Amino acid sequence: MSPRRLFAMVYKEALQILRDPRSLAIALLMPLMQMGLLGYGVSLDIKHVPICVYDQENSQLTRAIDSRFEAAGWFSTVHTLHGQAGVRRAIDAGECIAAVVIPVDFSRTLAATGTASIQAVFDATDVNTSNIAQGYLQGVVAEVNAGIEAQWLAAHGAQASGIGQIDLQPSTWFNETLDSRNFIIPGVVAVILALIGAQLTSLTVSREWERGTMEQLISTPVTALEVMLGKLIPYFVVGMVDAAVCLGLAVFWFDVPFRGNLLTLFTATALFSLVVLGIGYLISVRIRSQLAASQIALLVTLLPTTLLSGYTFPIDQMPRVIQAITLIVYPRYYVTILRGIFLKASTLLDLWQPLIGLIVFAVLIVWLAARAFHKRLD
Amino acid sequence: MSANPAEPASADDAVTAEDLTKRFGAFTAVDRLSMRIARGEVMGFIGPNGAGKSTTIRMLCGLVAPSEGRASVAGFDVGSQAQRVRENIGYMSQKFSLYGDLTVRENLRFFAGIYRVPASEVAGRMQYAVSMAGLEGQENARVATLAGGWKQRLALGCAILHRPPVLFLDEPTSGVEPEARRRFWDLIHDLAANGVTTLVSTHYMDEAEYCNRIALIDRGKLIAIGSPSELRQRGLGGVLYEMECSPLGAALEALHGAPGILEAAIFGDRLHVVVDPGTTHAPDLTERLRAHGIAVGAIRPTLPTLEDVFVHLVARGLETRSVG
Repeated sequence: MSPRRLFAMVYKEALQILRDPRSLAIALLMPLMQMGLLGYGVSLDIKHVPICVYDQENSQLTRAIDSRFEAAGWFSTVHTLHGQAGVRRAIDAGECIAAVVIPVDFSRTLAATGTASIQAVFDATDVNTSNIAQGYLQGVVAEVNAGIEAQWLAAHGAQASGIGQIDLQPSTWFNETLDSRNFIIPGVVAVILALIGAQLTSLTVSREWERGTMEQLISTPVTALEVMLGKLIPYFVVGMVDAAVCLGLAVFWFDVPFRGNLLTLFTATALFSLVVLGIGYLISVRIRSQLAASQIALLVTLLPTTLLSGYTFPIDQMPRVIQAITLIVYPRYYVTILRGIFLKASTLLDLWQPLIGLIVFAVLIVWLAARAFHKRLD
Repeated sequence: MSANPAEPASADDAVTAEDLTKRFGAFTAVDRLSMRIARGEVMGFIGPNGAGKSTTIRMLCGLVAPSEGRASVAGFDVGSQAQRVRENIGYMSQKFSLYGDLTVRENLRFFAGIYRVPASEVAGRMQYAVSMAGLEGQENARVATLAGGWKQRLALGCAILHRPPVLFLDEPTSGVEPEARRRFWDLIHDLAANGVTTLVSTHYMDEAEYCNRIALIDRGKLIAIGSPSELRQRGLGGVLYEMECSPLGAALEALHGAPGILEAAIFGDRLHVVVDPGTTHAPDLTERLRAHGIAVGAIRPTLPTLEDVFVHLVARGLETRSVG
């Protein structure tokens, strides 16, 4: 390997990146656009769920319960309905996706037996949203129950000790605000890197084939290794800059807490970049058309990253067979590492398993890439 | 001239090919091609499209692996010493292949780096290449914006930055206007004068005249090799006479198939006749035609054009092939 030739390759490639509006757009604008789209658009939380309340009893107690719904912050515009028909109409018209009905004898039943029920009607056309709304409602009811139970116990004198201390305190770890954005955004960084990294390099070699410059290049003494490194080094820099932009946005714009250390983050990001750039290069070497190469790159990076990396769908909830398959889905290791670093302050030692996974992939892909390119036309 | 030269190997040979063959599936692109190119020689490679010129050049550059046979370039075997071959050749592919999105200077600097031109000489050689291509003042122009002739000369400039002893130029002048083609050939001769060996393919017959020797190739086979004048004198296998006579049709009929007459054809308002120089001469022709009552005017030996020779050899190749 000659440093002189390698430098010539790297310099040429860097110039071409700067001159090619398409590469430049992918490199600079895509991460911003993706981060905006995925950061804002993809959220597993729901907010401002419109619910209606039909309070048949309309007593001091039930009005207190109504106000708890409003105060919870997840629900918006609490309409107070009148009559069963009103409930039906509101659901049908889509004015609310849940309606809470408090029966006329609520307080009496509660006072007599210690239990009483509230009916909740859900519009389950959007199953996901209605499930989540149900969860939130149950949370509110649980809080109300806790208060009522305490009062009931006090009134009836049973188990006098500890009365009034029963308090349902929702406890969550790592994502105290229960904000799914904190869970998703580190994964978004992986998706963007995978997408951009493989896209950029998938074009570099196929472009030289299409334009005929490859024939000239392979007639020179440049070696296959120099070609590979000459292509990967400039894009590695681009990939790391993109990663820095995305991670910066995650922390400073989307306020995702960052608890780990930068060195761990840099190591994992460098390894992951190497893998995706290497995959793009491998594709480009094999497929001599730019269009086909970029399509295939899209397929082998975006699909596994979005579906099987645990980015949106938790791996431990997948069927066992699929869980086994995710072991070869390289982005899962990076997603795991990112979440560990961002939310759990994991150290290099804590993350040794996914790190080994990434290292194995990086070595494998670069080894394959180095062998893939032959200086022959046939 | 011979179709399969068995010239003795010489230390001065810059390029040798022995039974070089390339098959793509059932198709034989190059069929047992053998030739030698002496150092400093300009060898023209002539043949129709698809004859196997590019494939041969690519095999000699180490870009395509021969199916059979062997070749050496600048003393290195193209199969086992491909890397050494690449260090010693300059190559211009048929398709323009510099980086259009880079400037003249950036392209030159890139190839200077790839060929590891000594750092102290880079500036001087780049300057030489720029002035050779006539691109002074345009060093910072993007190559894609240059006109054809300038592009070709710049490509040549890039290919010779490392001063290779052997140059392979695959149809370097196709699509370039005549004036620029002339300038390009002047450059090739300047290089040859400095000892550079050049194999240049072309389908312009007039360019063949600029070569020291030419190799005619058709359907993958080398069908003739020699200097332009050798080929013109002996390429038809006899002596060509051009004669004025009338009526032409009757004259053609009288000569066709007669002893000593190898070929006869109407050429404009004249007759072209190829005779066996051992048995038949101009007076014999006159006599024969007059015996058939045909008026004979001027008759003179003439040299065929290279195109005549090429057409003749291709036709003969077809005949022998259909017989064999």
